[in-house]
Amino acid sequence: MIQLHDYPLSGNCFKVRFLLEQLDLEYQSILVDFYPGYEHKSPRFLDINPLGQLPAIVEGGEAVRDAQAILVYLATAYDKSGKWFPRDRQGEVYQWLAFADQLTGSISAARLHDAMFYRLDVGKARSDGIRLLRIIDEHLWFAEKDGHEWLLPLPHPTIGDVACFPYIALAEEGGIDLAPFSSVSRWMERFMRLKGFKPMPGMMPLPMPKETP
Amino acid sequence: MTLDTFTRSQWYAIGRLPDFDGAEAKPVRLLSQDLTVSDKAGVLSVNDADGRSLLTQIRYGHLWTTLSDTPRPLYDMPEFDEPDRRLVTAGGVGVRCSGLRCVENFLDMAHFPFVHTDILGVEEHPSVESYDVSMDAEKDEIWATKCKFFQPMASAAASGGQITEYKYRVPHPYSTILYKTCPIRDNVWDLVGLFIQPVEEDECIVHSFILVFDDENTDTGLLHFQQNIFLQDRMILENQVPRKLPLDPRWELPTRADASSIAYRRWLKANELQWGVALFNEAA
Ligand SMILES: N[C@@H](CCC(=O)N[C@@H](CS)C(=O)NCC(=O)O)C(=O)O
Ligand SMILES: [Fe+2]
Repeated sequence: MIQLHDYPLSGNCFKVRFLLEQLDLEYQSILVDFYPGYEHKSPRFLDINPLGQLPAIVEGGEAVRDAQAILVYLATAYDKSGKWFPRDRQGEVYQWLAFADQLTGSISAARLHDAMFYRLDVGKARSDGIRLLRIIDEHLWFAEKDGHEWLLPLPHPTIGDVACFPYIALAEEGGIDLAPFSSVSRWMERFMRLKGFKPMPGMMPLPMPKETP
Repeated sequence: MTLDTFTRSQWYAIGRLPDFDGAEAKPVRLLSQDLTVSDKAGVLSVNDADGRSLLTQIRYGHLWTTLSDTPRPLYDMPEFDEPDRRLVTAGGVGVRCSGLRCVENFLDMAHFPFVHTDILGVEEHPSVESYDVSMDAEKDEIWATKCKFFQPMASAAASGGQITEYKYRVPHPYSTILYKTCPIRDNVWDLVGLFIQPVEEDECIVHSFILVFDDENTDTGLLHFQQNIFLQDRMILENQVPRKLPLDPRWELPTRADASSIAYRRWLKANELQWGVALFNEAA
């Protein structure tokens, strides 16, 4: 069985859990004390992923690390429909997988700084994140104008959408306001309506009413 | 806002013990002041910005300090000495609101079905039945008892839905503890609590713990159950406006406020707490 080295509050782990569930694959979640224990830096885990990052999967004794690589691995091995990783559009898919890793480097970093005290330049992390949000928002605006709902002009999401979704949906946890990005917000709502979608803490399903005292 | 006596005279948790292993003047912020923590051969000390050494104590898995030379004693939790209980400390989580808001949210059961859907509540059972609130005058703390709520997954050890009975305790303006029916043992309570470190008037670090009977889950499983719940709360807390706690009499009493929240606000007022409170003219 596939073993996922997992942290429930990691957006990168979320991507992998989401695809495993969409593909109806059984897996065993091995919980890693990411915070406050920093178990991903322990010798036990460094044996599995010398980069000391989550997620990693192990199947048949082989480890695969990096969320995007795992999505490619799972879709290639198990998605008979070929929808999640369309073979004739690999370039476009990879483009969004790489983009997703930049979201980790910016929005996810801001979130770890604010909630879990990672030491980094949070101003830069936020402004990098906002620049990426502008790019993807513009892309989605043109896509919607052409009648498309997902990052690729296909009638269904791909692993590109899966990879980009979590840290965008968690942006407010890192102090980044999503209100200016209306195409992104609509795309997020569509994603959250996918069958089997379960939100992670910090993902706001609907605009929250602002509390008055 | 100046620091009122009630706030100043308290002990505050500023981190778990392992957070300060080998610390050399590690910066910590408390009540808008910069402090440092140092670990000298296993002895932790806390200094303020002028180099003055502050009182410290180690309790409940955390390091506590105070700005006062004559602090009010830290409240007792005898359950920490009971054998077989497991303590999991969840690590500090930064939240952009007053710590007083966190206490109030923690006391409010009405949010369970909507914020902790399918864990601490279900949308089909949204109503909060009435419960008792009392003041323990001798200890100067608030107790809410006989709280009952239908919970599909009351704790990591729960195997199905149950009516969970709760007691809430507020012994400190920035601490609150919940005692809930233990799903696997009779006549004992599991504890879940928050030790809040007020950083600024509208910003805090929440150190949470659970102290439970559980022989099934790993420590990491218990930790993740607790962190999941708290991160759901964090999202709600950060969306409250204003970020400080509105206590000004010119504000009407909150409609959603329940008996324990009213008691908490009255208790803070009676103790003339001012730091972390929003003034009417600051709103909007
Ligand atoms: N490129 C990696 C990045 C993974 C990553 O940053 N993971 C975070 C948790 S979500 C982590 O383990 N961070 C610790 C570190 O980078 O030291 C991926 O997509 O899997
Ligand atoms: Fe909550």
